Amino acid sequence: MSEYSQYLFLVPLFPLIGFVINGLLLGRLPRWLISFVGCVSVGLSFMLSIMLFFDLKGLPPEARLITQTLFTWIPSGSLHVNISYLLDPLSAVMILVVSGVSFLIHVYSVGYMHHDPGYGRYFAFLNLFVFAMLTLVLADNFLFMFVGWEGVGLCSYLLIGFWFEKKSASDAGKKAFIVNRIGDFGFLIGMFIVFWQIGSLDFHVVMDNASTVFVTGGTLITAVCILLFVGAIGKSAQIPLYVWLPDAMEGPTPVSALIHAATMVTAGVYMIVRTNFLYVMAPNALLLVAIVGAATAIYSATIGLAQNDIKRVLAYSTVSQLGYMFLACGVTAFTAGIFHLMTHAFFKALLFLGAGSVIHAMSNEQDMRKMGGLKKYLPVTYVTFIVATLAISGIPGFSGFFSKDEILWKSFSSQYGHPLLWVIGFVTAGLTAFYMFRVVYLTFHGQERMDDHTKAHLHEAPKSMTVPQVTLAALAVIGGWVGMPHVLGFTNYFERWMEPVVSHGVHTGESHAMAAAGGYAGAELGLMIASVVLVLAAIILSRRFYNTRPELATSLRERLSGLHRLLVNKYYVDEIYGATIVRPVIYFSLFLWKIMDVVVIDGLINGFASAYNDFSQFLRGIQTGRVRSYATLFVIGVVVVVAYFILE
Amino acid sequence: MVPISAYLILAAVLFVIGTVGVLICRNIIVMLMSVELMLNAANLALITFSRALNIMDGHVFVFLVLTVAAAEAAVGLAIVIMIFRNRETVNIDRFNLMKW
Repeated sequence: MSEYSQYLFLVPLFPLIGFVINGLLLGRLPRWLISFVGCVSVGLSFMLSIMLFFDLKGLPPEARLITQTLFTWIPSGSLHVNISYLLDPLSAVMILVVSGVSFLIHVYSVGYMHHDPGYGRYFAFLNLFVFAMLTLVLADNFLFMFVGWEGVGLCSYLLIGFWFEKKSASDAGKKAFIVNRIGDFGFLIGMFIVFWQIGSLDFHVVMDNASTVFVTGGTLITAVCILLFVGAIGKSAQIPLYVWLPDAMEGPTPVSALIHAATMVTAGVYMIVRTNFLYVMAPNALLLVAIVGAATAIYSATIGLAQNDIKRVLAYSTVSQLGYMFLACGVTAFTAGIFHLMTHAFFKALLFLGAGSVIHAMSNEQDMRKMGGLKKYLPVTYVTFIVATLAISGIPGFSGFFSKDEILWKSFSSQYGHPLLWVIGFVTAGLTAFYMFRVVYLTFHGQERMDDHTKAHLHEAPKSMTVPQVTLAALAVIGGWVGMPHVLGFTNYFERWMEPVVSHGVHTGESHAMAAAGGYAGAELGLMIASVVLVLAAIILSRRFYNTRPELATSLRERLSGLHRLLVNKYYVDEIYGATIVRPVIYFSLFLWKIMDVVVIDGLINGFASAYNDFSQFLRGIQTGRVRSYATLFVIGVVVVVAYFILE
Repeated sequence: MVPISAYLILAAVLFVIGTVGVLICRNIIVMLMSVELMLNAANLALITFSRALNIMDGHVFVFLVLTVAAAEAAVGLAIVIMIFRNRETVNIDRFNLMKW
């Protein structure tokens, strides 16, 4: 046991306390106190996370596993669920990323939400979210993890619909919640099968027994993995359940940055890495994960090419990057997936914060066609946005390069990899660079296309917004340096750190790769250079299209107008879902309501009631209150009884 | 010697007259008198059987019935007075409170 490990439970508890204070005293506190409570509670979590991280680092690698059981939550027959936290290299990385990014975004929100009447509510929800997310990543059993899983879903719903007076915002909140429910259903069933087969939901018990209970490649383990993956698809917005994430941009921009880019949507990836010992036993499920990830990556990148709303481009880019992470998981490169999760959290949060700053300066205008030339008005935002864009594009030296390149390499070289997967990832990298620089050029360069009124109000964001941006920019650069590839002569600290957590099934594949290291090193370098060249080409192309010669983009758009329309309308997926799923469900619900409920069920109940009522009315008619009629009935009764005895 | 059947027929006739009186009269006092008639018809039947079978039980019953009838008449008349004070009438059809 190490120094701070008994304080592990405080990591999620601090934000909960913040939520209780801000939530119970909703709006009664002065603004400075609300922001103080909101930021400090998360800041304390972050500091504790750092201490715990170094604590864990001080232990020998095989001892890096700390569990803290607070109490038994459900003691029911053979089902025994504890409220207990698990700190290992994986959750240590996660709590650092979650609490760190959350802290910065809390600070940013102080400036961004300054004028909002729902200030106290906002910080209460944000703190509740951090609590749920930290619970999710620290839980040491499936059910407790599910509590956090649902908690972040709830907060996501609350914060997407934060401006609930707007119909589109409350609709988007509902959409997110309902789509997530579909995924959660898969997660639950998967959890049931695990409990049915193993009799426990604790991660370490499941890990110890999985290999004896399940047959590698068997139906049951494949079903479990696919069902858990369905949960991840819902939460992490993959095909076919990604539709809620772009709509989730209705929420405040810091919320998009925190929940819908950096943390919550990565919960699916985290969950798969947490249960990687199951996945390595189910190659078919892994294949599915890789295919879905790769398909989502390229699919949403193409949509991102044609969107005009700055936040929507970033949303599709998030979906695409999450696809990368699943691709990594699918080829058993779990470390690479988490690594990309981390770097993505930095640069994508930064991109959203930059977008938030732009929107803030532009008086809530989100359409990039009405921006342009913002470089000189928002210098800090511009520089940090450029850094993040370089990082997401995968320019060498920036964090995104290392993580994305590792994923690309693993998708090529791993025993579960395939050159086709690499090609998809490779093309997606080019598309990503293209549409991200499109955003940069449309927003910050070129003509100033906004109206005069907006132009007069352009201003750089306050300190509380720029400081988090600069901090994240630094992280977006150096965040990748912990996981630099061997092939360039560096030590991959991140891989070594994660080693105790990721399954040993992987290593047979890797050592296999290492065995042929001579040939592979060259291939890795070659692929790396290829992707860098592609990215640079994409950037140059983007610059020609959207900066130096905009007429080229226009003519191309006219020539491919059909394709362009398809992309602008997001492949009409929302419309297809509306026609094939939403509409039938609504009609079926109407049938259940108008026919089943009103006619059948209510009719049955009311029918019984009115039958009793009518019969009572009849009986009531006998009781006239007239003494003589009572006497008559009495005499008739006596005659009948006497007659019965006489005739018997 | 008058045959038993004659007594019994007289008792039955009296009983039926009393019953019909209770059923068709609207005047509470007449109804009470009819009830007395029914009770005494029953008494007559009891005495008849007592004499015919030569056992004393019937006589005892008759005393009992007479006592009860007296009490009943007292209570009944008291009720009649109360009803009359309430409604200023002895028509039982005007007093139909004994319902739902």
